[in-house]
Amino acid sequence: MMKTKKRSSEPKRLALVASRGTLDWAYSPFILASTAAAMEMEVAMFFTFYGLTLLKKKIEAKVAPHANPAMPMRIPFGPQGLQNIQWPVPNLLSTNLPGFETVATSLMKQAFRKNGVATVEELRDICLESGVRLIGCTMTMDVFGINKDDFIEGVELGGAATFLEYAADADIQLFI
Amino acid sequence: MTKIQEDQFLDCRGLNCPLPILKTSKVISDMRKGEIVKMVSTDQGSISDVDAFTRRTGHKLLDSEAGDGEYIFYIRKV
Repeated sequence: MMKTKKRSSEPKRLALVASRGTLDWAYSPFILASTAAAMEMEVAMFFTFYGLTLLKKKIEAKVAPHANPAMPMRIPFGPQGLQNIQWPVPNLLSTNLPGFETVATSLMKQAFRKNGVATVEELRDICLESGVRLIGCTMTMDVFGINKDDFIEGVELGGAATFLEYAADADIQLFI
Repeated sequence: MTKIQEDQFLDCRGLNCPLPILKTSKVISDMRKGEIVKMVSTDQGSISDVDAFTRRTGHKLLDSEAGDGEYIFYIRKV
C-alpha cells in the first residue's frame, strides 16, 4: 500500500474495520481500539455488516457455538473439578437445541466477569471517552434498515471512502 | 530496591486485559508531570503490557516486582 511519509511527532494511527456481530467477535475490536487510545494513538473504527449491531444502544451480541466447532465450553461456577472440564459441544446439539446460544452466551459472560474482563459496553464507553471515532457504514444501514436513532450518541456516519481516507494515513489497519 | 514513594495507588488485582492498562492510562492522564503511580495487577500479561505501554507513551517505568501472583509497577508521568 502506498503511504504518505508522516512526521515522527504525529501520533500513530489505528484504522479498524469491525464486521462481525457475535459476542466473541465483538471483543477484539473494542479491546484493541481502547488500548490503542490508552497508548496515545488516534483510532477510527468502521462498523459494517454485522459489526453495525455493535453500535446499538443495547448490544445483544451472542456467541454462536455452532459456528465455532473448536470452542470449548466450561462451567464458570461450582466445584473446581467441574469447572476444569472442557465440555465438548457437538454441532448437532448446538444447532438444534432451543436456547443453546443463550445458555452459551450466559456461560461465556459469567466466565468473562469471573476473570475480570470488562463488558463490551464498558470497553465501548472507554473508546468513546478516549475520542475514538466510531463510524457506521451507511450502505449497510440502508440494507438492514437500521437508523441513526438505533445507535448510541457520538456515532458518525459514512461510507467506504470516509474510512479509506482515514486508513490511507494509518500506521495499523485491521479487518476484524 | 530502594523504596519508591508513590503519589497514586492503583489496584488492578482481579482485572484482566485490557483493563489494567486502560485504568493505568486514565490515572496517569489525571496526574501531574513527575508524579508516580504504583499499580498492582494479577494479570500476567501486565509484565509485557506495561512495558509496551510505557515505551509507546514515553512514561517511565521506574521499577517492577513480581511475587505471589502479583505484579507491581512504579510508573512516572513525563
